[in-house]
Amino acid sequence: MQRMVIERILIGIVTLWVVSVLVFVMTSMLPGDVAQIVLGQSATPESLAAYRAERGLDQPRVFQYFAWLGNMLTGDLGTSKAGGATISSLISGRLYNTMILAAIVAVIAVPLSVALGLMAAMYPGTWIDRSLTFGTLALISVPEFFIATFMVLIFAVNLGWLPAIARVAPEDTFWESARGLAMPLITLIIVVAAQMIRMTRAGILNVMNSPYIEMAILKGVRRKRIILRHAFFNTIGPIVNVIALNLAYLVSGVVIVETIFAYPGLAKLMIDGVQTRDLPLVQATAMIFCGTYVILIILADVAAILANPRLRNPK
Amino acid sequence: MSELFEIDNLQIQARKEDGTPIPIVKGVSFKVKAGQVVALIGESGSGKSTISMATMAYCRPGLEFPGGEVRLHGKNILAMDPQDQRAIRGNNVAYLAQSAAATFNPAITIGEQVTEAAVLHGTLNQEDANKRAVALYHALELPDPERLGRRYPHQVSGGQLQRLMAAMALVSSPDLLVLDEPTTALDVTTQIEVLKAFKKVIREEGSAAIYVTHDLAVVAQVADHIVVLYSGEVQEQGPTEQIINNPKHPYTKRLMAAVKPTPIAGMSELVDDRFDRDKPNIEVRNMTAGYGGIVDGKPVITVLRDINVKIKNSHVVGVIGESGCGKSTLARVMAGLLPAAKGEIFLDGKELAPDLKDRSREELQKVQFVYQMADTALNPRQQIGDILGRPIEFYRGLKGKQRREEVAKLLQLVELPIEFETRYPSELSGGQKQRVNMARALAAEPEVMLCDEVTSALDSIVSSNVIKLLQKLRDKTGVSFVFISHDLSTVGSFADEIVVLYAGRVVEQGPVDQVLSPPYHPYTRLLISSVPELRVGWLEETMQKREMAVGIARGVEITDTGCPFYNRCPIAIEGTCNVETAPTQEPHPDHFISCHRTMEEITEAENIPQKVLHGFEKAAPEGDKAAAAAH
Amino acid sequence: MSDTTQSKDDDQDKTIYDELPDAPPKKKLKLTWTGKLGVVIVAFWVIMVVIGPWVAPFDEADIIADDSYMGVMSVTEGEGLHVFGTDYLERDILSRILWGARMTVGIAFLATLLAYAMGVTAGIAAAVKGGWIDMVLSRVNDAILSLPTIMLGLLIVVALGSSIPILIGTAAIIYASSVFRIARAYGQEIMVMDYVESAQARGETIWWIIFREVLPNAAMPLATDFGLRLVFVVLFISSLSFLGLGIQPPAADWGSMVRQNLEGMQYGSLAPVWPALAIASFTIAINLIVDDISAKSGGDLAKKMI
Repeated sequence: MQRMVIERILIGIVTLWVVSVLVFVMTSMLPGDVAQIVLGQSATPESLAAYRAERGLDQPRVFQYFAWLGNMLTGDLGTSKAGGATISSLISGRLYNTMILAAIVAVIAVPLSVALGLMAAMYPGTWIDRSLTFGTLALISVPEFFIATFMVLIFAVNLGWLPAIARVAPEDTFWESARGLAMPLITLIIVVAAQMIRMTRAGILNVMNSPYIEMAILKGVRRKRIILRHAFFNTIGPIVNVIALNLAYLVSGVVIVETIFAYPGLAKLMIDGVQTRDLPLVQATAMIFCGTYVILIILADVAAILANPRLRNPK
Repeated sequence: MSELFEIDNLQIQARKEDGTPIPIVKGVSFKVKAGQVVALIGESGSGKSTISMATMAYCRPGLEFPGGEVRLHGKNILAMDPQDQRAIRGNNVAYLAQSAAATFNPAITIGEQVTEAAVLHGTLNQEDANKRAVALYHALELPDPERLGRRYPHQVSGGQLQRLMAAMALVSSPDLLVLDEPTTALDVTTQIEVLKAFKKVIREEGSAAIYVTHDLAVVAQVADHIVVLYSGEVQEQGPTEQIINNPKHPYTKRLMAAVKPTPIAGMSELVDDRFDRDKPNIEVRNMTAGYGGIVDGKPVITVLRDINVKIKNSHVVGVIGESGCGKSTLARVMAGLLPAAKGEIFLDGKELAPDLKDRSREELQKVQFVYQMADTALNPRQQIGDILGRPIEFYRGLKGKQRREEVAKLLQLVELPIEFETRYPSELSGGQKQRVNMARALAAEPEVMLCDEVTSALDSIVSSNVIKLLQKLRDKTGVSFVFISHDLSTVGSFADEIVVLYAGRVVEQGPVDQVLSPPYHPYTRLLISSVPELRVGWLEETMQKREMAVGIARGVEITDTGCPFYNRCPIAIEGTCNVETAPTQEPHPDHFISCHRTMEEITEAENIPQKVLHGFEKAAPEGDKAAAAAH
Repeated sequence: MSDTTQSKDDDQDKTIYDELPDAPPKKKLKLTWTGKLGVVIVAFWVIMVVIGPWVAPFDEADIIADDSYMGVMSVTEGEGLHVFGTDYLERDILSRILWGARMTVGIAFLATLLAYAMGVTAGIAAAVKGGWIDMVLSRVNDAILSLPTIMLGLLIVVALGSSIPILIGTAAIIYASSVFRIARAYGQEIMVMDYVESAQARGETIWWIIFREVLPNAAMPLATDFGLRLVFVVLFISSLSFLGLGIQPPAADWGSMVRQNLEGMQYGSLAPVWPALAIASFTIAINLIVDDISAKSGGDLAKKMI
């Protein structure tokens, strides 16, 4: 078992390395000369050359890559072209915003979805199951920008209860920040929960065909216990995996929601970085996103290994 | 007065797409008295499993009860509301399924699963249920009863799981126990051990039982009353003695005819000498094989050690042993599917490459492998005509009309109608698929066919038909067969030679008549006496035998030193058998036995007083030990 | 022993007691009414991809109406009826939706097809070949999967510019990675089947094994997955368009139609709702079909619980 966990972590590290190569190659493909962008139109050829030499941009790409990787590993994310602020200082505030939003959504959506998913699986074919299945199916089939704008239409425009634009300010009281975050929160919870409810239900129903479920029925076990004890414990692996994927999405995939509600999160920072050709910023945020994903998936895999008695208790 | 349990004109049906009913069980009636064991016997498709589940007012998804009654203590449980039905399941009526390995939940400890029913139905509290479970583990002679409950299903053996299922069913002291083919998937020696435990516990607990199986010989050991089913209808029913000794119905007679005889010398019919039968065909020499890669010239997990087997032209060689002994590995090594770690393989006197990737097309053509499970061996997306046509085209270069003609010939050879050409495997029955599976190997016109447990998954009648077909094929084609099986009587009935494998080593090999007559290797003797006989009282008699006492109480241990059978051998010599590799003796020409005992000692083994060595306390009282030492 | 009489008896018995089939014949795939509804809707949009521009009352770029954000069923003098009203540029919404089918559904379909070509080839290759090929392909694939899809799309589009071929290529690369995973999983499952081993033992080439043994058996589950993947690609392209990075004006596509008309909502116009509903109707319809085909297997035993 230990070997499997270590193996999993090693694979994760290899993946992260491949990611770093991919990110570096792709950002280098972005059009425009960095020196030109940073120094502006008025730069002289000499100053451009000096800038390139200083940043190692005249070196071959491979050297640039390893220099960048080395800096990243030592925690030096570089400086942004915008006002020369360090990337870390730019990112930290945004990262906090993203994490807060993701954490609140996760705390509400994960238990809610697992509970609803289990409920749908417990009463298959009943109206509870049918409405949950169709409701979530409709939600995952609609683009999230539509859900977001629909929320705005209802809560901000028609009812006027909530602000159409997210607001985060440190001086806000609890209620003010709750109101300010409500719209993106509701949108994300709906989007994420729909996914997780469906996958939980599907995962449970998948093991429901096993002979040991039939045996439990033949032993006279009640449906609640069949689902919660017999089926759920065999579905932990896949469910944890879906949760991990959705958490990763909450950190890195919420561009649309951040855009619509003008929420100052990490994803929007990266978009801005791409649009202004701020390569160090794009590289750093991309690595954060991928790192989060890889770590979450490793955690999910390790959890699945730990939840499996075959792997936990060798013969 | 009402019976304990009664099935009255029970009907069960499925439905076609357009809603028209397809009857599965067509008005079956029988009764079970208190303390009685009733056997439902029939082949797959007879509806016996469906009926066995109906005893709990349960039917599989897609089935329904259109009529009839199932009465427990005179009350029709089919008419009860679901909550009352649930209260009966696992409480008044308990069920034991065929495959314990699939029926135990892998994520829950054994103890919780065994006690679950009693605790949920409120018959016992958790503590008492645990105590009762431990008592049942003792009664079922399971190892380490006190701690067994804390283990997970994957941590115990298949035979133990099967007995644990019995504990699970019995924990709430049900009025009726339903056993659905509980020993079918087991090795013969394990089967005896489980049967013995079941019989003992049923007697001690005094509960009535319904025992479902296709094996008449097993039924003869446990049942008081037999119900013979075919296609959802009762053909005949009556007391066990009457059915076994005086079957009336032709179908029962057919079932009787398919029961495997006790393996004895002379049971096999030898073929005439139409083919040159002395030419060696395929031969393995000093072969060692296993899995997990090779370290220091030895496989990480050694499955076969130092094997020497020679198969002559137009011969049937039976390879026999219990699951895990390496018999399938032997065939896979010959086929090149698993390259051996050491040793050589010869085909027609020429050395073969260990890996099939390095063999020529002609060499591949000459050695064909037939898989155990026709379900997975036939591509579900190819028609039978393509499955059979491909090897014809691939090896023999025949196309178009010629290819079709050859396919037709093959289908005829395996006694299938030509119309099957356009069918898909899923449209065939189990026995028909197995015939196609063999026809595909024959399509290559091979010299050797390696048949891996080809009859094990089939019902007795179907399996005996397949064996008859194999005999005909050998006579018609002159192909040699390596027939791998765990069933000595099947092998004995048509093999020319037998190779007995135990824990990866050959313990005995030779012509069939010699292997099946004394002197026997002690393991061969155990196998022979484990084959159930079709008579009442066989089980009890057999259990009196000394080799049984030791042989079935202990499991296989893979050892690096000494004789592998040491710990289960009734005539083992401590200090010799567990230390030195057994010498190979040749009592008759071409008949080899690997044993430390002399042939005289082995022959006299029946007469050696009961003595069991190396601390087998239960079966060996002190006096016997002393006698053994004196010997 | 009288072998001949024995076998005669057998033959007689065989006629009376035929070997019983293993299981009742498998039921053919039968769609429920929701599945059938899905088929009808998908078929409608597929037809619109082909003939949309001809049945649409107006051209997608025609600025014909009297006013922007006209309501449902409004009439413009001299031009005719605007069933769904008009958009921010005074164009007929119904016409733009019908034209947009070609863009949104057509592009998504091509992209999914391309993603399948790449993903299945690589996935099956990894499963069949194993070893280091599998290792390398899987790690690169993991890396691509770890990049958030919209971000990756954004990077590529910004780097290479937004054109329809690039859009198709981008979506294809991004979704090829998930196709790879699934194709590899099915491939590995099938590769351990005895019939594949049997073909290998026969000496068949790798091409035979891929095309005759593995692919036919993976086809059905992969076809189901194709539907789901198509939904994701539609949503992905719509999202890119919504961010202004997808299909460029004046070409109509459903995603950008939602974005461009968003501000109309403040005036109570339903202009952004209609294209959003078009997207939803297509994706829900596909999901209904997929659900009908695949979700059947699970619940049967579950319904037996008390």
